[in-house]
Amino acid sequence: MTTSTNLLLLVALPLFSSAILLLIGKRANSWGHIMATIVSASTFTIGVVEFFAMQGRASENRAVIQKLFTWISVGSFNVDASLMLDQLSICFVLLITGVGTLIHIYSIAYMSHDHDRRRFFAYLNLFIAAMLLLVLGDSYLNLYVGWEGVGLASYLLIGFWNQKPDYATAAKKAFIANRVGDVGLSLAIMIAFATFGDVSFAGIKEHAHHASSTQLTAIGLMLLLAACGKSAQFPLQSWLGDAMAGPTPVSALIHAATMVTAGVYLITRSNFIFDEAPIAQLMVVIVGGVTLLFGAIIGTAKDDIKKALAASTMSQIGYMILATGLGPIGYAFAIMHLLTHGFFKASMFLGAGSVMHGMKDEVNMRRLGGVGKFMPITALTFGLGYLAIIGVPPFAGFYSKDKIIETAFNAGGIKGVALGIATLFGAMITAFYMTRVVILTFFGNERWGHKDEPHESPALMLIPIGLLSVGSVISGFILSKGNGLVNWLQPVVNPLKEHHAEEFLSPVIVSLMTLAAVIIGLSVALLKYRGEQLAQAPEKVSVLTSAARRDLFQDDFNEIVFMRPGQSLVRGLLNLDYILIDGLVRAVAAVSLTAGIRLRTLQNGYVRSYALMMVVGALGLLTTIWVVTA
Amino acid sequence: MAIANYLYLSAILFTIGAIGVVVRRNAIVVFMCIELMLNAANLAFVTFARINSNLDGQIFAFFTMVVAACEVVVGLAIIVTIYRSRRSVSVDDASLLKQ
Repeated sequence: MTTSTNLLLLVALPLFSSAILLLIGKRANSWGHIMATIVSASTFTIGVVEFFAMQGRASENRAVIQKLFTWISVGSFNVDASLMLDQLSICFVLLITGVGTLIHIYSIAYMSHDHDRRRFFAYLNLFIAAMLLLVLGDSYLNLYVGWEGVGLASYLLIGFWNQKPDYATAAKKAFIANRVGDVGLSLAIMIAFATFGDVSFAGIKEHAHHASSTQLTAIGLMLLLAACGKSAQFPLQSWLGDAMAGPTPVSALIHAATMVTAGVYLITRSNFIFDEAPIAQLMVVIVGGVTLLFGAIIGTAKDDIKKALAASTMSQIGYMILATGLGPIGYAFAIMHLLTHGFFKASMFLGAGSVMHGMKDEVNMRRLGGVGKFMPITALTFGLGYLAIIGVPPFAGFYSKDKIIETAFNAGGIKGVALGIATLFGAMITAFYMTRVVILTFFGNERWGHKDEPHESPALMLIPIGLLSVGSVISGFILSKGNGLVNWLQPVVNPLKEHHAEEFLSPVIVSLMTLAAVIIGLSVALLKYRGEQLAQAPEKVSVLTSAARRDLFQDDFNEIVFMRPGQSLVRGLLNLDYILIDGLVRAVAAVSLTAGIRLRTLQNGYVRSYALMMVVGALGLLTTIWVVTA
Repeated sequence: MAIANYLYLSAILFTIGAIGVVVRRNAIVVFMCIELMLNAANLAFVTFARINSNLDGQIFAFFTMVVAACEVVVGLAIIVTIYRSRRSVSVDDASLLKQ
């Protein structure tokens, strides 16, 4: 098969399968999950085939564009529905389909007790199709279709158990927060079209340096807003914690490994805009820096294992966003961290799901403890993911996170020092909260308070976790070997440009500092959580802890600043409608009603009064004629 | 005798007829008043014919008489029918259309 057919199949297969599963309905219950998994696996196969085909081509011929059909053709404005596979998209294709397939397999077992499993798999396939369209689109408009598609899939999957009102609300919250970001993306597309008359990546890249810096900054800031919404970055991050209402495989696939990284993809893909817009780039760095600390601080206080991991996701994506704001080399490291994060975070989420599976869906870590004895394989794989995320060499996170910290320190001047310290501090908190999660869940005394012993999950769940944890051990080494990923992405983001800037700190020193920070964080957690009194969350806590428990007041802030005024506005508009619009309509009705009642008395049924009216009328007519003609 | 006097007479007859239609309640009387008005109109027609020295007005008077004859036939028939059903020829009693 040719590459172009393959590109179409990548998107069409899961989309088609999803449509079949949703349309056929209950009759597909017995085989739906198997078909969905096979489809997902075949997209992964196509991805691997394409990857090797791409490797076989020379560097400048690697990008492939396949036009499907002319989508919009108005005057000089032409948009084709085209798919583009280049060095950047193939990384995402492999991540999405690879992790996606493993999670499909995992879900077969995890969702086996759910009578709606077929619908779940239909949504998963819909997500895969939309996400592939997002990374394969060759223009912002095509990307936008995928962007909305993953938002829809995310909404459907967060609210998968929408019989619980909390979960349905969480889905709505995620959708609304994403809409705010989507507005940013659509505005960016509009500004880009007004500036360049084109929305394709290639066209804009070619003309980017002709545009004024104001226009580029505007596009950049709007793209950043879009990235904030999708990737749960400050100030639109509040939805991610609640998104954990979805089934755990969804949290692993969509809200850890793939969809939430779409913002990083968007910024990396738009490198030609951000490279020319320093203000937008600075904002990207600030947003990334704030979020990485924000997420890490929230992560230290969460007792819900999934919410702690979600806060960690937020923080890790903060690292990636920060890296994308650091110029050409940053993009490559952001993607590297994105890929390694995809492995270790998905592995840990699936591990958390495995714990929940064996523990009657208990997510409160204060009610877990000592699970490691009963679930050794889950504990081992979770531990590998844990070592990867805190950045212990030679696990994956060590390679990718250290690179980001190093790049941050070398960004130059005060900015570099500030970012370096922020990332270093983030690494320390990461070590603290992840150690806390591991201790509370897998070690210590058993606090679950019922007699049933936890049981290890079935092989169908353990195999995907195992494969992902292998990835979280070796992926960092593989990607950074011989600068592999950096060289691979060279034609897309040009990371080797300006790489010869003077080094503020050498890699070895940065690694040592990071390791020191990690050890500090880890030791503090070990000291703090070795006791036996863990079953109850402490009541008397510092201001910072209670703030972190409430997501640093993000929900309260949104409620006071946006929701309440929004409600007042709506109520005001409602009253305006009731009083003004309805009032006008009612006034018209009242006038005609009164007029009707008055006029009705004229028709009294007496012939002589009608005759009198005729006489008066005739006289009136005559008088008028006389007056007019006289 | 000035020819205008015929027009004054016509106007007076018409006014008497009109007042009669409005004021009287007996259907027969109302009917006669209508005839009076028609005849006042006829008088005006022939007077104008005389004034203008052509026959158009006279011809119109004949038309009016024919129409009046037909109208008398229909009108009296209606009055007789009303009298048969209601034992009254007062126009105020025939006021069912108001509701």
